[in-house]
Amino acid sequence: MQELVNRAKELLADGTVARVLGWKVGDLPYNPEPAYFENAESLADFVYNGFCGANLSKYMIEASKLEGKTLVFLKPCDTYSFNQLLKEHRVDREKAYIVGVGCKGKLDIEKIRTMGIKGIESIEGAELSDAAEELKIQTIYGEKTCAYKDAMLERCHVCKGKEHQVYDELIGESKETKDADRFAEIERIEAMSPEEKFAFFQNELSKCIRCNACRNVCPACSCRKCVFDSAKFDSEQKANADTFEEKMFHIIRAFHVAGRCTDCGECSRVCPQGIPLHLFNRKFIKDIDELYGEYQAGEDTESKAPLTNFTFDDAEPSIVGKRG
Amino acid sequence: MQRLGVFVCHCGSNIAATVDVSKVAEMALKEPGVVHAEDYQYMCSEAGQAKIAEAIKEKNLTGIVVCSCSPRMHEATFRNAAERAGLNPYMVEIANIREHCSWIHKDMKEATEKAVILMRAAIAKVNLNTPLQPGESRVTKRALVIGGGIAGIQTALDIADAGYEVDIVEKTPSIGGRMSQLDKTFPTLDCSACILTPKMVEAAAHEKIQIYTYSEVENVSGFVGDFTVDIRKKARHVDMDKCTGCGLCQEKCPSKKTANEFNRGLNTRSAIYTPFAQAIPNVPVIDCDSCIKFKTGKCGICAKVCQAGAIDYEQQDEIVTQKYGAIVVATGFDTIHLDQYDEYAYSQSKDVITSLELERVMNAAGPTHGHLERLSDGKAPKEMVFIQCVGSRCSDDRGKPYCSKICCMYTAKHAMLIRDKYPDVNVTVFYIDVRTPGKNFDEFYRRAVEQYGVNYIKGQVGKVIPQPNGKLLVQGADLLDNKQILKEADMVVLATAIEPNPDVRKIATMLTASIDTNNFLTEAHAKLRPVESPTAGIFLSGVCQGPKDIPETVAQAGAAAVKAIGLLAKDKLMTNPCTAKSDQLLCNGCSTCANVCPYGAITYEDVEVNDHGIREVRRIAEVNNALCQGCGACTVACPSGAMDLQGFSNRQIIAEVDAICR
Repeated sequence: MQELVNRAKELLADGTVARVLGWKVGDLPYNPEPAYFENAESLADFVYNGFCGANLSKYMIEASKLEGKTLVFLKPCDTYSFNQLLKEHRVDREKAYIVGVGCKGKLDIEKIRTMGIKGIESIEGAELSDAAEELKIQTIYGEKTCAYKDAMLERCHVCKGKEHQVYDELIGESKETKDADRFAEIERIEAMSPEEKFAFFQNELSKCIRCNACRNVCPACSCRKCVFDSAKFDSEQKANADTFEEKMFHIIRAFHVAGRCTDCGECSRVCPQGIPLHLFNRKFIKDIDELYGEYQAGEDTESKAPLTNFTFDDAEPSIVGKRG
Repeated sequence: MQRLGVFVCHCGSNIAATVDVSKVAEMALKEPGVVHAEDYQYMCSEAGQAKIAEAIKEKNLTGIVVCSCSPRMHEATFRNAAERAGLNPYMVEIANIREHCSWIHKDMKEATEKAVILMRAAIAKVNLNTPLQPGESRVTKRALVIGGGIAGIQTALDIADAGYEVDIVEKTPSIGGRMSQLDKTFPTLDCSACILTPKMVEAAAHEKIQIYTYSEVENVSGFVGDFTVDIRKKARHVDMDKCTGCGLCQEKCPSKKTANEFNRGLNTRSAIYTPFAQAIPNVPVIDCDSCIKFKTGKCGICAKVCQAGAIDYEQQDEIVTQKYGAIVVATGFDTIHLDQYDEYAYSQSKDVITSLELERVMNAAGPTHGHLERLSDGKAPKEMVFIQCVGSRCSDDRGKPYCSKICCMYTAKHAMLIRDKYPDVNVTVFYIDVRTPGKNFDEFYRRAVEQYGVNYIKGQVGKVIPQPNGKLLVQGADLLDNKQILKEADMVVLATAIEPNPDVRKIATMLTASIDTNNFLTEAHAKLRPVESPTAGIFLSGVCQGPKDIPETVAQAGAAAVKAIGLLAKDKLMTNPCTAKSDQLLCNGCSTCANVCPYGAITYEDVEVNDHGIREVRRIAEVNNALCQGCGACTVACPSGAMDLQGFSNRQIIAEVDAICR
């Protein structure tokens, strides 16, 4: 982490960048938050550890409008989002100085909590440089431990790989964390009867409190004005009045990012209700892969997206087909 | 607030017999903004249109809804009527209470209720309509004909004779198409080549016609009056200007084992070849897949023997880009593959052939030099069996559901010609029905039966079994005698179903012209606009639109030419004002709309916008109204809802849905 801070100070000092976009310590040991650092002194608050799951790509939309370059720290998976935003002309490559940071999987505080670890005071072993495969957690009830792997976010178990897709320089080694099949859960749901599927999603989506965190964090949800904020339609931001609106919000959101979602997993990470929102997007990704060939949004900035491109060999699946 | 008028049409009894039209008019008055409502027997009649005009003037209407037939039928009629009365034509909405309501319902109460709902939706929409002004676009005075068969040639000749430039694009090395493969034509039995080749020569010599053979349409952009087409001229490897057509290269070519497409693969040809003797242009092409020079780098005999020095192994494909006002599709047909019909032993015996193959066998330039003989052993047949409807009128998905239309007549022709030339050959025809609607057609068929003694049996053949003695055992049924028939034949001829040329799907997609489930191009109206595609500026000629014989093809080719000429004669066209428009404050500049736009109508510009006090330069989508065809693809692809279609805005559509769900 100190290496990142030192490099940031150098780049600020030589005028390469006007500011730094990174993470700063939060009010609790496990909730660092995205932050701008305008000078060397403020970097005292900089942090980079296993809890820095936040994808900083989306902040570059606003940073692209500012004077001078912004140094942004991106994990391998974050670079897919940055590329996708580049492709959609939402960020300016010239305004970004990208330092690709190493990653050994990001942590999910909810997973730690479900292990019964509560009253957390401090956590050791979450640093990238920590060799231990274990987290040492000081709680008000004494010291607890858990395997790093068991506390990882779902998305890290299906990691897209440790390669950065776009960067100016790289700092820190990444680790392979993939140990699960990305589409296993989707296949399980596809195998359900329509009634079971409906009940499954009804149950999940009924937890939604329409806090809009999933939308606000999503790098693909970057419209200047969201339809859910537009007075033009009767969908202007409001609490879900009924089960129909719960579903409508999430289904429309999934459709709006279909073919553009990089599966960065931020929606599920930030959902305070623990709704597995990534399942919608991943179903789209699976269908796209099967119908139009393997496609990973954000892998590059040139290829044509299958859903907004036409070829003579395109599959023409029926809406009600057998695609589950 | 709009002042709306609602006009409910009886359409004689078409609507009024199922829908209580006066009730619909009465209900209309309860809708917001409606100040006038009436019903009348025929709204499209002169008197009906006068009623509309009168109401517009007297009640100062700002918009009208006509509850009548499909807008495809009379939207233009009512728009014109409104315009004449001083109302913007785009303030007219049609509620389709005929096709969508009265024709499909029986119960008056239900149908009336639905008609009222459809009317409400139209009122909700027109309430949000805004007057629109059409623009103008220019017309390029040049036509493209895709396909150089008899349909394409005739269309091109007719357009060229009217004084317009025409280009024919033909995929094969020569124009002529299927007709050039035929031996004789029904019902007059004149030689096909004798009547076709003069037309080919005329087209080639016409100063207004440019022929691109061995060429394919690669890309089409633009719209009616202003299409831009890329034509790929495939490398012939023979210089068209130098070649004298002497044929020495073909004679000397050592690679002579390639299946001859023109003779349906019944014999072979050389690697450098012209498909047939009367080919136009009389310039060969080198088939690189068969040519020894291209395969191994050694040979080059054709270049050595060519005294004109026309052989050019280095020649590359060339792309010609040309502008056209109108495009005529004349892509023709092929016979279906018979792999689904192996009970007729087509793949097992050389003596089972298709009718088109028989044309080549009977032709003097064909594989047997016009002698009727078995292709297995060259012996003269004594018993011939013709099987009708192979793949046509098929109720399962092995074949085609339609009648191929030409088979009954050509089979009568074949039977008659064989009996005439070889009186010792017995000819039996198995048929489902004999269909002879056409001038002198039934007389022709009766001649085959009565004068030439062709044995027609009503019934289908179940199986053809090749025998060890080389004969073919035909197992069929005689439905009139109600008995099974087992017959030994020397040759079996299959009247194979025809289908549109497989390339038509690709071409239709490039032209955004619609095709039906059988890959035939769809006409704009089955009865009243049979040679026009629903896509403006695209016309249909020949079998690409549906099965037809030569006289019908020539007639349709002329009709398509007239429609194309009618378009080319105009200097300017009115453009549809229902085009897409981007909301600068909502646009993200993400390029999704430009990616999906089939017309290349969307570009991006850096525009300074004032977003509620924030001034900034943003990358914004701009729609070129002259190019936009109003398809709406961008409006659904736009993630932020910035793209909207004028006249069909999202708000209007949602208002319609709301009105229906109210």
